[in-house]
Amino acid sequence: MNNPVFHEWRDKTLDDALTECRDLVEDPGFPTVKRWREQGGKVAGHFQVYFPEELAHAAGMLPVKMRGAPTEPTHADSHFGSYLCSIIKTSLEVAVSGKLELDLFVSHPICDAARNLAAIWGRNFDYPCQILYLPQNPNSAHSVTYLRDEYNRMKRTIEGVVGGEVTDDALRASVAVFNENRRLMRELYDIKRETPWLVSAEDAYALVSIGGMIPREEHNELLSTLLPQIKNRSGRQEDRIRIVFEGAFCEQPPLDLVRMLGRSCYVVDDDFLIGMRWILEDVPIEGDPVFNLAESYIERSSYSPVQHDLRKRKEDMLLNRIKVARAEAVIVAAAKMCEPGLEEQVAYTHTLDETNFPYFVSEFEENMTSFEHLELQVETFLENLLFA
Amino acid sequence: MVSDKHEELVGRGNREGAQLFRDWFGELSHTAETGGQAAYVFVMGSLNEILKTFDLPVVFPEINSLQTAVRRVAHEYLAEAEDYGYSPDICGYVKADFAMLQRGGDHPMGQVPKPSIAVLTNACNTYIKWAEIWERMFEIPVVTIDIPGTREADGQTWSGHVDFDNDRRYVEAQLRELITTCEEVTGKKFDIDKLREVLHHANGISVGWKKVLELNKTRPSLFNALTDGTIFLGVANGFRGTATGSAYFERLVEEMEYKAEHGIGTLTEELYRLIFVGVPCYPIFRRFNEMFTEWGGTFIHSTYLWFASGGTNRGFEYDTARPIESLAEGVLISVRDAMDSMFHQDRVLADMIEGYHVDGIIYHPIKSCRTVSTGLADARRYLSKHHDVPSLFIESDMMDRRVVSEAQMKNRIDAFFEGLASRRQQATIG
Repeated sequence: MNNPVFHEWRDKTLDDALTECRDLVEDPGFPTVKRWREQGGKVAGHFQVYFPEELAHAAGMLPVKMRGAPTEPTHADSHFGSYLCSIIKTSLEVAVSGKLELDLFVSHPICDAARNLAAIWGRNFDYPCQILYLPQNPNSAHSVTYLRDEYNRMKRTIEGVVGGEVTDDALRASVAVFNENRRLMRELYDIKRETPWLVSAEDAYALVSIGGMIPREEHNELLSTLLPQIKNRSGRQEDRIRIVFEGAFCEQPPLDLVRMLGRSCYVVDDDFLIGMRWILEDVPIEGDPVFNLAESYIERSSYSPVQHDLRKRKEDMLLNRIKVARAEAVIVAAAKMCEPGLEEQVAYTHTLDETNFPYFVSEFEENMTSFEHLELQVETFLENLLFA
Repeated sequence: MVSDKHEELVGRGNREGAQLFRDWFGELSHTAETGGQAAYVFVMGSLNEILKTFDLPVVFPEINSLQTAVRRVAHEYLAEAEDYGYSPDICGYVKADFAMLQRGGDHPMGQVPKPSIAVLTNACNTYIKWAEIWERMFEIPVVTIDIPGTREADGQTWSGHVDFDNDRRYVEAQLRELITTCEEVTGKKFDIDKLREVLHHANGISVGWKKVLELNKTRPSLFNALTDGTIFLGVANGFRGTATGSAYFERLVEEMEYKAEHGIGTLTEELYRLIFVGVPCYPIFRRFNEMFTEWGGTFIHSTYLWFASGGTNRGFEYDTARPIESLAEGVLISVRDAMDSMFHQDRVLADMIEGYHVDGIIYHPIKSCRTVSTGLADARRYLSKHHDVPSLFIESDMMDRRVVSEAQMKNRIDAFFEGLASRRQQATIG
């Protein structure tokens, strides 16, 4: 595409640019995706948590992260029963309401609800709607080979959508773009961890989040421009508790909730949109790029309650996240009706009890609008720590 | 006058199934008391074929849990798990199992042994979270077998297709790794001839199960898929790969063929032939069924009998000449079919409407199981749009009686049957 799809932040002060980023994140109309389509581009919508976006990018598609939206599921509600998390409904809502037009939809068997999505989508849309089977047995010696083959299958599907071949060289170029993107996001998280007073929790969240709705080249340009400005801010450290927020690996808390947290404490690490930061190091450029992506998913990756790996017991991973972030407390959250999140909460809290580490348990929903009660509880929790 | 053969055959499957079930639990209690080894497995891909080769008794926590609901004590277990911290919004099976293990394996039907190994597939994500609990509790080997399912509607591939062969190789590699783990856990050397024997018995069950389900096409239907079918299902799972299980299904086929030949149906005078979609309402198991049979509704089929048998309904027969390769292929095809029965069941139901003379479809999504329930409303919309078949959508649970409203359910069921009666009357008038 020749024209940027997100231009509002350009030639603005840092604060105004960040305001534009937050506005885009909260806009349920997906304006950047619309602009992409108006230029003739195709769109690959992929549901949480992780998708090898390089495959779609190399084909010239815009990979868009499907992570629900701050909207009411008025059209989608009749497609679902009760007892479901919000993100399942609002993700379909943005599609059936026409707010987000796709050429390909991919979901993953991350949880019992989400694994139904490809079938549901397929009954309602004519474009390819598929499941990408990411391994839940990464401990098998054959898992990387299997995943390479599965990625190659997805690559063929994508080639069918765009009507052209995805070459290894194109894929290597995309891997390089995404490596740079992941490096910039790591840099942002370094700022959160080392100088959290320079960037608010909500701004950091927005800066990562918009990567899922604009081309990564644009995201790289934005981060490369704004991160140095953030580092040069003249903020001052305040006496606030450093916390880790855990439980937003899939459904996302509303930006207002993140804002509320940022008013009360420093969010020095979290699992917000962890799929975008899933791969922790550069994916090797040399060799078979599909194999490299598959190997990186398994061998150079983060953790979440919906990815099983015997080497990554989740409570141990959380303790390590806390340690690396030098956090003083943790908010153990789960989206309402999120089975894996709610189950992991039990393991987390019992481990934190055993280690006598302060934590606050909460549930959230992407559509929640009232935070007064929660804010009061969080502040009380934090004050207890500050003045204990 | 009722002949001796009639006396012997009719109802034999239920009688023998119930006895086998009691025997099975008796053996598990014995294992628990003597400190023997046991494997914890799940119904969708139990891998009984390999575990039986190592003489490992299998424990199905899903069956243990549903038994607490049928015996009306589930609420005690759920409350204990929730006191520990588990949410009311998660799977009731997990919570009942957790509480039972916290009680040291005390179960209404006996004593459940501790696991030496847990084997699961990715057919249900809660399996994975559930096994992680055991991993923490017992520090045992937990083996997750990835079974890649159908990627999109009508997108199944078969042997010779590059995607199928990739998946089959992955499953086979994982099965070989499982065999190594079983050798380590049991201290026994793998015996491929014993695996052949187990596969032979498993074939007997698969062939019999498929035949029994197909025979219910008969009018009147020969068994109630919701009640009788659940007994057969228990044997298909618990005795998979055993001579006992194979013989049971051979005799069950004999019974059903006899009933078909003599026009012997269930105890209900069949007025409406129904298909059940979902998981049974175990907290009011008998009463739930009665609310339909009182109107002359019989459940001739149930998707539960497909997915909860791990896709054994497909009747896949293993090639004992190449046991591990064939097992991989069979597990892949069968468990994939089980998943299709949950996510793409609208395709199969559409094909059954005419051949099975279906009068209505009962969708029963439940709080506890999002795997089965998430897509049902949409699948119902789709089926209603493309086929002229009445359906009913009632939500409750398989474990938690707090979300089972019998009066509300009855109102809706009554209204559904009134609609069916009116529809039939109008069709008669023309």
